[in-house]
Amino acid sequence: MRFYEYESKQVLKKFNITIPSGGIATNPDDAMKIHKELNCEVVIKSQVLSGGRMKAGGVKFSANYETTKKYTEEILALTINNLKPVCVIVEPKSGISQEYYAAITWDGVEKKPVLIFSDMGGIDIEEVAEKYPSHVSRTHLSNLKPIYDYSAKIAVSNVGITGKDLNSLSRMLKGLIDIFNKYDLTLAEINPIAKLNDGSFIALDGHMDMEAEARNYHQDLLTELNINKEDTRQSRPPTQFEIDGAAVDAQDTRGVAGNVTEFSGNLGLIIGAGGGSLTLFDAVTNAGGKPANYCEIGGNPSVKKTAELTKLIVSKPGVEKIAVMMNVVSNTRVDIVARGVIKGVIEAGFKPKDKITIFRIPGSWEEEGFKILNKYEVEYVDRTVSMYEAANISVKKMQEEQ
Amino acid sequence: MPNGMFINVIIQDKIKKNKELAKKIIEVCPVDIFELKDNELNTKEEFLDECTLCDLCINIVKDDSIIIKKLY
Repeated sequence: MRFYEYESKQVLKKFNITIPSGGIATNPDDAMKIHKELNCEVVIKSQVLSGGRMKAGGVKFSANYETTKKYTEEILALTINNLKPVCVIVEPKSGISQEYYAAITWDGVEKKPVLIFSDMGGIDIEEVAEKYPSHVSRTHLSNLKPIYDYSAKIAVSNVGITGKDLNSLSRMLKGLIDIFNKYDLTLAEINPIAKLNDGSFIALDGHMDMEAEARNYHQDLLTELNINKEDTRQSRPPTQFEIDGAAVDAQDTRGVAGNVTEFSGNLGLIIGAGGGSLTLFDAVTNAGGKPANYCEIGGNPSVKKTAELTKLIVSKPGVEKIAVMMNVVSNTRVDIVARGVIKGVIEAGFKPKDKITIFRIPGSWEEEGFKILNKYEVEYVDRTVSMYEAANISVKKMQEEQ
Repeated sequence: MPNGMFINVIIQDKIKKNKELAKKIIEVCPVDIFELKDNELNTKEEFLDECTLCDLCINIVKDDSIIIKKLY
């Protein structure tokens, strides 16, 4: 779940990372009041869970109270990427001599957190990494051992920063690391860290994402930030298809057959197993396929649950066919999933051989599963065919029939 | 006797009214296929396809009083 900038800044402050003074306002009068208290030129920033605020006109500078009122009204009415702001931040405009970038996120390949630091902040870090690679450092952090200031110092010194600035920035980065670890974040970012004209450092903007499953562990923080339990912070409200998918999964406690996310493609996906869902979704996309959904299936769901999920996916408007693919499974029975999928397709009013492009679930009870698939003339492959190859077969079939 | 799409469970008449045996069979089935209906051991149609082929029911009767039939 994403935090708004003003929430992220509250978290930064808890860890002694300097943030600008100022406050949040939900109406122009309150914004003007904050401006009067600050008594200097201010920046007014839309609080919306989306990037691209500056380009969209969601960030404005104001030197007098009347323009603050006017800009606040405009920003509060502004929709950015289909999202309305919840409030604005009003902060002093800072006199900046240099901007830096710092973030910690997960490196899926290394399976470790990675601290990314650059002395070129304020712009897209991807762009900096591409055009000026020597200005970006990547420092992996241990999952097991305590993290010392040393790791932060390495990150900062690797882009050539020394002396007093090295110490100040390292302290900020260590604070960011502590926040990342303490609150089970998937991203903790400050962009930019600004070096002010007086030589001090300040976090001008912050972005944090918490692992959705970690919410229950951090209720204290969420309460402190006034985030209630219903506020899921998804990028959009769930669709009816997604709500129905969750209802299928909630039918009984056996296994998982749900967690669907809707997409606009024509190939329905019944996918899963130890990260298999993500891999297979990507494999389908890379092969040129257009997924109609993402989903997760595993842990030996009941036949009924699998059938209901299949029915939901195969009946989704725009879905022409489905692909049933998993990684090698040991805790999910292939025959049980085969029964569920075939039952779901038939109950939805289709023939399994017409609707299922490929069935690729190798694992326990696969011989039994293959007998079922044979009876219903569904094309299947075993573990000698990789997930990527199976995705290619599926997408090719779709393309051949168009 | 109801059929599943993939599995049929046949209970021979000779054990249908044996309540003691029925109780054990109902208890042992991990997917709740059996029930006592009108004082007779019966199967629930909606659960037949959930059969995991574990043979626990067959192990209780120790003969062909219960037959699990795969329909594929």
